[in-house]
Parts: sequence; C-alpha cells; structure tokens
Amino acid sequence: MVPLSYYLILSAILFACGVAGFLIKRNIITIFMSIELMLNAVNLTFVAFAAELRLLSGHVFVFFVMVVAAAEAAVGLAIIISVFRTRETLNVDRINLLKL
Amino acid sequence: MSLHLWIIPLLPLTGAAINGLLGKRFPKALVNAIALGSTAAAFAYALWVAMQFAGLPADQIPHIEHYATWMTAGTFSAEYGIYLDQLSLVMLLIVTGVGFLIHIYSVGYMEHEGGYYRYFAYLNIFMFFMLTLILANNYLLMFVGWEGVGLASYLLIGFWFLKDSAANAGKKAFITNRVGDFGFLIALFLLIKHFGTLQYDAVFKALAAYPVEASAGLLTAIGLLIMVGASGKSAQIPLYVWLPDAMEGPTPVSALIHAATMVTAGVYMVARSNPVFNRAPIALEVVAIIGTLTAIFAASIGMLQTDIKKVLAYSTISQLGFMFMGCGVAAYGAGIFHLMTHAFFKALLFLSAGAIIHGLGGEQDMRHMGGLRKYMPYTFWCMTVATFAIAGFPPLAAFFSKDEILWKDWSTGHHVLWLIGIIAAGMTSFYIFRLWFLTFFGEYRGAPAESSGRGHDGHDAHSHGVPHESPMIMIIPLMILAVLTFVGGWVGIPAALGGADHFDHFLEPVFHSTVEAAPGAETVAAPAESPSEHEDTGTELLLMAISVAAAAIGLFGAWFLYYKRTDLPARMAQAAGGLYTFVLEKYRVDEFYGAAIIRPIVLASTNILWKGIDVTLIDGAVNESAAGAQDVSEGLRHMQSGNIRSYAGWVAFGAAVVIAFMVWKGVR
Repeated sequence: MVPLSYYLILSAILFACGVAGFLIKRNIITIFMSIELMLNAVNLTFVAFAAELRLLSGHVFVFFVMVVAAAEAAVGLAIIISVFRTRETLNVDRINLLKL
Repeated sequence: MSLHLWIIPLLPLTGAAINGLLGKRFPKALVNAIALGSTAAAFAYALWVAMQFAGLPADQIPHIEHYATWMTAGTFSAEYGIYLDQLSLVMLLIVTGVGFLIHIYSVGYMEHEGGYYRYFAYLNIFMFFMLTLILANNYLLMFVGWEGVGLASYLLIGFWFLKDSAANAGKKAFITNRVGDFGFLIALFLLIKHFGTLQYDAVFKALAAYPVEASAGLLTAIGLLIMVGASGKSAQIPLYVWLPDAMEGPTPVSALIHAATMVTAGVYMVARSNPVFNRAPIALEVVAIIGTLTAIFAASIGMLQTDIKKVLAYSTISQLGFMFMGCGVAAYGAGIFHLMTHAFFKALLFLSAGAIIHGLGGEQDMRHMGGLRKYMPYTFWCMTVATFAIAGFPPLAAFFSKDEILWKDWSTGHHVLWLIGIIAAGMTSFYIFRLWFLTFFGEYRGAPAESSGRGHDGHDAHSHGVPHESPMIMIIPLMILAVLTFVGGWVGIPAALGGADHFDHFLEPVFHSTVEAAPGAETVAAPAESPSEHEDTGTELLLMAISVAAAAIGLFGAWFLYYKRTDLPARMAQAAGGLYTFVLEKYRVDEFYGAAIIRPIVLASTNILWKGIDVTLIDGAVNESAAGAQDVSEGLRHMQSGNIRSYAGWVAFGAAVVIAFMVWKGVR
C-alpha cells in the first residue's frame, strides 16, 4: 500500500504548482486552471486521509468541492467570455479598469 | 436661634441675576428698582440683624450658622456657613450701608452711560461676593468671596472696555491680585495641613494650644502668607500698583470697591486672623512695617498727582497703610475703626470727586478746575467735611481713628513707626488740602464749552459751558456720608478725651478672647497699660496735639502754595528738578516692575515657553508623530497595489510563513 506521506507530498507539489501558476501566469484561462489544480490538490489530500482513516466524511467533502468547482467553472468561464467580448484580451494585467 | 443670615448675600445676587440676565430689555426705572431694592433690602436686613445681635447672650457670640456641606475630601470638609461676630457685623453694616448709598448715587452718575443694566448687575454681584467674604465661617468660603470681588473689580474697572487703558487697568488689577491670592492660597494649604480644617472656630480653637513663636515658625509663615494676600487685595507695598490704574472705572465704583469696601478686605482678613498674628510677632511686625511704609510712600506720591482721582487713589493706599499699621501693633480695633471711618470719608471724597467730574463733563485734571465753590456749593461743603476729616482735624471721624492708631503705635513702643505715621499724616493733610484749594478756590481754569468734549471717565459731552451742580440723587448720598463722616468717629472717642471708646470695647471680644487663652501673647498684643495712668493720658493728649499740628502744617502749606502764592509750586518743582520728576512719575515703580519682572517673564515666556517648549517640544512631538505615521503609511501603501496576484502572493507568503512556523514548532 502506498504510504500516506506520498499522497500528501504529491498533493503539496500539485498545490505549489497551482499557486505558482496563479502568481506567474497572465492568461486568465491559465490562472483559472491553476485554481482548479489547487482545488484538486486539496481533494487529493481529502481522499488520502479518508482512505487512511477509513472515514466517509473525506469523500463527502470531495464531492462538495467538486460541485463547487463545477459551479465556479461555469460562472467563471461565463465571466471570462464576457470579459473577452468587451476587452478582447485575456491578459489580467490589462483588465485593470477598477484599479486606482 | 437662626437669624437666616443667608438672605443677606442672596438679595444682591438675585438682583444681579435678574438685571444681568434680563436687564437689557428693562427700562432704566426697573433696573434701578431691582438693583437698589435688593441692596436696600440687604441693608435693612443687616440693620435688623444688628438689633438681634445686640440681644444675643455673650456665650452665643460668635453666632455661627451652618447650612450645608460644600465639599468633603478625606477628613477635610468645607461647608456653607456664616460666622457673625462683632467684627463681621461692623463690616456687614459698612458694606451694605455705604454700598446702598453708592447705588443711589450711581443712578445719577451713570444716567448718560451705555450698559446701564450691566453696571448695576456688576455692582450687585460685587455686593454678593463682598458679603460672602465677610460673612463666611471658613477661610475657603472667604476665598470664594475674595476671588469674587476680584472678578467684580475687574469687570467694573474695565467697564468702558472699548477704552484700551480701562481694559488694561482691569487686567493689571486682576493679575496683580493673583500674586497676592497665591500667598493666600498657600496660607490656606498650610492651615489645612496642620489643622485639618478651615473653619474659623476650629482653627482658632486649635491655635489656642500654640505658644507665641519666638522665632519664625509655622504661624509666622501663615501670617506672612496671609499678609501677601492682604497686600494684593488691599494695595500695599509691593502689590499696590494696580489701585491707581483702577481709577479707569466709573467713579462710584472707585468709591465703593476701590476705597470703601473691597480694598479693606485685606485689613479685615488680618483682623479676622488675629489669633494667628498674635502668636507670630514677626509676621505682625512685618504687617506694621509694610503698612507704615505704604502710608508714607503713597502719601508722598499723592502730593504731586494732578488727576483728582489719582490723588484719591494714592490717598486710599496710604490710608490702608494706616489700617495695617494699626493691625500690625495688634491694635486691630483701631485698624477696623479706621476702616469704618475711612469707608465714610473716602467714599464721600470719591463721590464728591465724581460729582465734580460729572459737573465738568468728564474733566479730571485739577489744573483745569478751580473756583468750583460757587458752581457746586453742596459738593463743596460735603467735600470740605471729608477734607477736614481725612486731614485729621477734630472732631471729625478720621481724627479719632487715625490718632488711635498712632497712639497704639507709640504706646506699644513703635516710636519710629509713630514718627513716620505723623509725617504721613502731615502729607495726607497737604495733598488733600492741595486738592481742595485747586478744585474749589481761585479762578475756574477750565476752557468753557469745548472742554466738555474730552469724554474723560467715559462721560460724553452733555454740552454745558459752565460747571454745574449734580442732580439731587447724587447730592443726597453725599450729605448722608458727610453726616457720617462728621459723627462717625464719635463712637470711638478715647478715654483721654473723656470718651468711653465704645467701638474698641465692642470689638474687644473678637480680638482679646484668644489672647487670654495664650498668656504669652500678652507681651505683644496688649497695649501698654502701665501703672502711671495719668502720664499716659498726658502723653496721649500730647501726641494728639502733635498730629493736629501736623494736619495744620499740611493745611497751611497747601494754602500757601496753592492759594496764596500759586506761582511757587512751579518754581519749587524747577528747583527740586530730578527729585520732583521722580516723585511725579510715582518713583518709577511701574517702570521698575516692568523691567525687573514683567519683561523677563514676557521674554522667558516668548523664547522658552512659547518658542521653546510649546513650539518645539509639544507641537514638535505632535507634528513628528503625525509625520511619522504618514511615513509608515507611505511605505505600507505599496502593499495595497490593486493587483490581485500580488495580494495572492502575500496570502501565499503568509500561508508559507504559518506553515513554516508550525513545522518548526512540530520539529521542536
């Protein structure tokens, strides 16, 4: 059986990749995907602990997170599409009308 | 039995409140009715109290009334209460009586003035505080009255506040008094510290256990500090400078506050504190010396003044000096006796001067008067009574009181003080007759018609070319005061002249009961009652003759210089040269104070306190902390860039720090 720490390390690496992508990338789609990556890294730790501790609540949490992520993807992509329609760019540094 | 003495101070306070708050819309008649009515009622009530007082059994004197506790702090407490003994009764009658007369007079004098209701509100509030001062049964309440009369004095000196000199004179009076109040306050603190109370009866009782101090000690310190306070309020050296300037106020105010009542508060306080002074001979000696020096110093200045009110102001200072001279040889009775006669004759002098100023449309310079005898006969005769009284001619009031003081000086062995006193009395006679001759005799020297436009003393020109007699409402108080000046001294005719000295015996319980409690005080306090009674009477008569002679010399000198040979004074002034100018400029005391005290204080305040401490330190600290906050914010502002990813970066960084901390903790 794969030890718990392997899962946790993998999930930490995935989460770090997500954070790095979120901070570095300018394309809003990529940033969006980075967020998904972070969510799924967290999902991985949830299921890992659930399997390790033989508890169902971890699985339940994962489903919640997936539902939220799906909803978020739907709303987020819709926003991105409308932003692209008006601004004709996906570069977040350009989307700065609200900035002082 | 309660005499409900609280009513007396409350009456003028009510008058002041009504007139002060609502009087602006009142017609003059109503203002008069309220102001005069409340004062008259207070006087009438005081007379009734005096009659009741006469019926009180001896063991109920002092008659003390407690009303309420004012404040309590630890073991110390002060209360509202009234202390009526022979001393406060005399003061009560003087203040309400003379005060009432001056209220009447003011109706005529202030007729043409703006701020009529304000004037009477101030005058009533003065009456209230003065009555509080003399009736209080503890030092703290007395201090309230003490400060209150200072306030009233400030307001009334600066009554014509649009005039710069009046406003400044008001400030000068107030600030000079603060110096004295400082001493008074410290005396109170010492009393609280060592006796734990300020109630007269308790303090005096506690004092009975104290021996007479051979050298300077606690009681000497208290006595000297009380004298500092008294010299502020009663215009003694070195704090007398405010009183001559206080003449900027309306003349009735000068008569009431700066001659008859308020300035005598210091004498009253010293007499009231006689148990302290009787046990502190050094302090007592200082009182006598200050009084004597002030008496001669102010009299010498008064001899050369040309402003009629200034002459009277210096005369007041000098006469107050006489009172302290009396108190300073433990002859408090004589001091208070002179206080009373002085209240009569000085009020009369001031009111007559006011009548003259009024009749001349505001002229105060005696060089522009003269020959007024035929224009204002009533004023002339009233003034004449006062003039002869203050000069010390028998049988007028001041002869008895002044001679009693001088006699007490002599009989307690203060021969030098007596000599100075006699010289001062001669000077008094000279300056007052100089005033008398300059104003009433010779030819009228004022320019007709136009001179009235000068608007001195705030009087507007009510265009009249010739000097005129004042209205009856001003003359009647003059006449009453003239009668009092004439007969007022008869209550204290000394035994040497076949009298019984009723006044002294009346006051005796106040001053002597405490002395008997401490036998050692006898040496200082008791007048020399030597066995050779006849010899004493002989000496007393001789001294009286000398003082009458001094008065006569003053009269003759003034007559010769200012009536007979009017060219002489100018030539003498020429001959005296620098000395003359020096005295004329009041010994340059104001200039000296200006250079020695005021300028350094102003400089230090400007350069150290203002520019140093206030601007650099206090403002600097405030400004620097504001600037520091701005700098910090300027730095932190860059964190809030509006860039979401930088925020996310900060969040990630923070999370990393938290995780690192937890890992580090876990490792440990």
